[in-house]
Formats: sequence, structure tokens, C-alpha cells
Amino acid sequence: MPEDTKPALLVQGLRAWYGESQALHGIDLEVRRGETVALLGRNGAGKTTTLKAILGLMSRREGRIEVRGTDITRLPLHGIARTGLGYVPEERGIFSELSVAENLALPPVVLPGGWSMEEIFDLFPNLKERLNSPGTKLSGGEQQMLAMARILRTGADILLLDEPTEGLAPVIIDRIGAAIRALKARGMTVVLVEQNFRFAQKVADRYYIIENGKVRDHFGTDELASRQQALGEILGV
Amino acid sequence: MTTIFGVPAAALYGQLLIGLINGSFYALLSLGLAVIFGMLRVINFAHGAQYMLGAFGAWMLLTYAGVGFWAALVISPIMVAAFSALLERFLIRRTYKLDHLYGLLLTFGIALIVEGAFRHVYGSSGNPYMTPPALAGVIDLGFMMLPKYRGFVIIASLAVCLAVWFLVERTQFGAYLRAATENPRLVQVFGINVPLLLTLTYALGAGLAGLAGVLAAPMYQVSPLMGQNLIIVVFAVVVIGGMGSIIGAVITGYMLGVIEGLTRVFYPEASATVVFVVMAIVLLLRPTGLFGRA
Repeated sequence: MPEDTKPALLVQGLRAWYGESQALHGIDLEVRRGETVALLGRNGAGKTTTLKAILGLMSRREGRIEVRGTDITRLPLHGIARTGLGYVPEERGIFSELSVAENLALPPVVLPGGWSMEEIFDLFPNLKERLNSPGTKLSGGEQQMLAMARILRTGADILLLDEPTEGLAPVIIDRIGAAIRALKARGMTVVLVEQNFRFAQKVADRYYIIENGKVRDHFGTDELASRQQALGEILGV
Repeated sequence: MTTIFGVPAAALYGQLLIGLINGSFYALLSLGLAVIFGMLRVINFAHGAQYMLGAFGAWMLLTYAGVGFWAALVISPIMVAAFSALLERFLIRRTYKLDHLYGLLLTFGIALIVEGAFRHVYGSSGNPYMTPPALAGVIDLGFMMLPKYRGFVIIASLAVCLAVWFLVERTQFGAYLRAATENPRLVQVFGINVPLLLTLTYALGAGLAGLAGVLAAPMYQVSPLMGQNLIIVVFAVVVIGGMGSIIGAVITGYMLGVIEGLTRVFYPEASATVVFVVMAIVLLLRPTGLFGRA
């Protein structure tokens, strides 16, 4: 299969452990180029663990993970970024020892096509005014924007976003939503972990329901109506 | 004869100069320790041995290869750094996931092995190392005569401390270091080879010790034991300055050198212990050190 027809991200039979405790029991995911896929599920279902396992942040994992057809499971941790995977962690990971400008410049450019600073400031104008502030003096929403902006610079085109709206005010959530739609318009692939189903609905093309470390169901937006009961049981929506 | 606080001025200036010189060594050595502890969380008890290796490197380059001081100033620290990089890569790295105590014990053991090996080959007595001709002689400052080499040591030490501060605080490499100290896994996910970064950081700290050793060679006897006496004081300097604080290590190094020098003038009996008295007071009042953070 030519590389440009291969899925951006393919996960097969992913199992992962925290120490001796198995957290994932066989996750299968397929994310096509330019898609936004939402991983939904209750607290502790294994959504964040799935992202961490894909990146190699778990103490142990088994299974197959391909980025554009290339197996990445044998790569060292610092080799993952060069495949185009960009990670925005749940806790945002802003470094307190660095200023906003230093945080923004920290991840090296790994692929061509990274956003320019002008494009980033168009999307996140707040950041331009706060360049010299310490990274952690930003509000939660600004930290989220900074965490996303620094990945966009690198040329990563498959973004793993972990709970980007957690703890944010509605007006900021709207801006994060607008940012993700702008990424989609640029053809970026996004895997989004979210507990906020209403937010996920505004941006996602397909959904995976994760429960007890496994995929319980997956469907597209055209099948949402027929999945309302299941969603209600699992997510309370 | 002019006196200041009842002490002959010449004696006071002389001890201040000695204090500044000792402070230069304290600053360089504690800077290396602070870089290593701040970034790797390793209490590097091999630091005194790395200082000794730097001095011996200069002596060996001169004795066996006819390589003079100026080239040794570059080559010897690089050799110490390269050797230390191997130590980090194959030994010290294995202690990162363990309690700090294991890193301390391992580096202490390395120090014993290195110093023991040199003592076995070269004995305990020192070897002289000639002052480079360009820095021989004195400069008349009016109020005192300043030996040129000692003035060079003070200036060189200041320049190196400033350069390291710039490297850590103002360069991309330094940003990687500071970020990796906070969250090494996330920095790796961003594509930065953190294990290599840590090796380079340890090598940098050790290289600073080696550089201090080369600077010390023309002033003190080059002996396998030369690091042992100094390292205890340097650890006290780092603790007073704040473990892991680079600016704290430098300022405290110079400050304590001067305090030690002044103590030698006004109360010589306390000069060997004043650093530790200061350390006890600082720890009681500010446990994280003068510039440390909780």
C-alpha cells in the first residue's frame, strides 16, 4: 500500500502495564489522515493510558503501532517525535524554569511544514503578549494554548491531545475548539482524549468508546444518533 | 605603616587576594557540582578526583609530551570530561532510579579508585608545575603587588563562571537542560535525546573540575591527594549556596573565599572551620541555602 494511503496511525492489540498492573487489554485504533478521532470514556477507562502507550511512556507495552505504515514500537523515546507524533499532555507540561518564549521554542523542529510564529500568534494572540513571562504564570487556558502552540512549531502533523478542555472556562473551551478546527482545516490528524462529550462532538469525525482498557465501540458522526443510549450509559450524556 | 582595623594594610590585601583566589577555585568547583546535582540529582563525590585529574593531566602533558600550559588549559579538561562521560554512561546512569545515596556511594568509590591508582603510580608527594612564562612576575597595583598568575586565575574563573551561566540560562542547550530537570520523559517525547544530554551535563561539570585543576597546577603541588582536602569545603559551599543553584554556587564560592581570607587575618584559629560554621548558621536559618528553592 503506498504510504499516502496508509492510516496516519494504526494501533493493533495494544496492551500496556503500570508496573505489574495491566491497564490496557488490547486496544485497536485506526486514524486516517486529516481525521479527528475522539477517545471517550469514563475516568480510569484507559484513554490517557492509550495515548501514553502509543508514545512509549508506559513501563511495559505490547502490540503493534504504526505511523504512516512504519512500526514505531522499537524506536527510542526520543525518536517518536520524528515520526510526526506530537503530544499535548493532560497536565500541559509547561516548564516553570522556562519563559513562555523558551517553552515555545523548546521542542525541536522534526518535520518540514511546521507553523511559523506569525501563524501561531494568529491562532493564539495571547501568547505574543506573554512571551517573557515565566511559563507557569499563565492562566490554565493560556497554558493549554502554549502547550498546543509549541507542538505546532515542530512540524508534527499527528497530534495527541489529552483532555485539552479540562478545568477551562467555556469561553476558553470555545477558543480551543476553534484552534482544533483550524488544525483540521490544515489537514492535521488529531487524536483527542475527552470527557467533555459536547466539546468532542464539535470537532470529532469519529469516536472510540474506551472501557476497562478495551475499545467497547467505535463509530462516525453519522451514527451518533443511533449510539445515544450507549453514550448515555457510559458517559452520562 | 598603614593599618586597617588594626591590621597592616599589606597583610589585609594579601589575605583578601588569597581569599579571592581560593574563592575562584571554590566557585569553579562548586559550579560544576551544582550543574551536576541540579540537572542529574547526583551528589558527585568524584569531583575532587576530577579536579586532581585535571591538574595531573596538565602535568603529564608537559612531562611526557612537552605540551605547555595554554594547550593543557584546553586539552586536560576535555580529557577529564571525556573520561567522566564514560563513567556516567556506563556506571553512574544506573543509579538514577535509585536513592541519591547510591550515586553518592558510587562516585565516592570512583574517587577512591582514581586517587588510589595515582597514588600507587606517583606516590603521595606532589610534583611541581611551572608557572607559564607569560604570567610570571607581578603587577604593581599601588596598594599591593599582584602576582600576574593569581590575577589570571581570578579573571579566568570569573569568565568561565559567566560562560557557564550564559550556557545554562541563555542558550537552547541550557533550556533543554532546565526542562529535562523538571520533566525528562516529556522532553524526550519532544525529540530530545535526554540520556545523551545528561552525559554531556556530567561531562561539563567534570570538565569544570578539570579546568580548576589545571589552573591550580602552577600554584599548588600536583598530588593525588590535592582534591581530597578541597572537596569537603566545596560541598559546604554548594550547600550554603543552595543545592543545584548555579548562581548560588558562584556567588557563595567567591564570598566564602573572602570570608575565609578575612578570618585568617582577624582570627586565624578559625580560618579552617569558618566555612562550616557559616554552613551550620545558613542551614538553621534557611535550610534550602541562600539561593536554593524549596
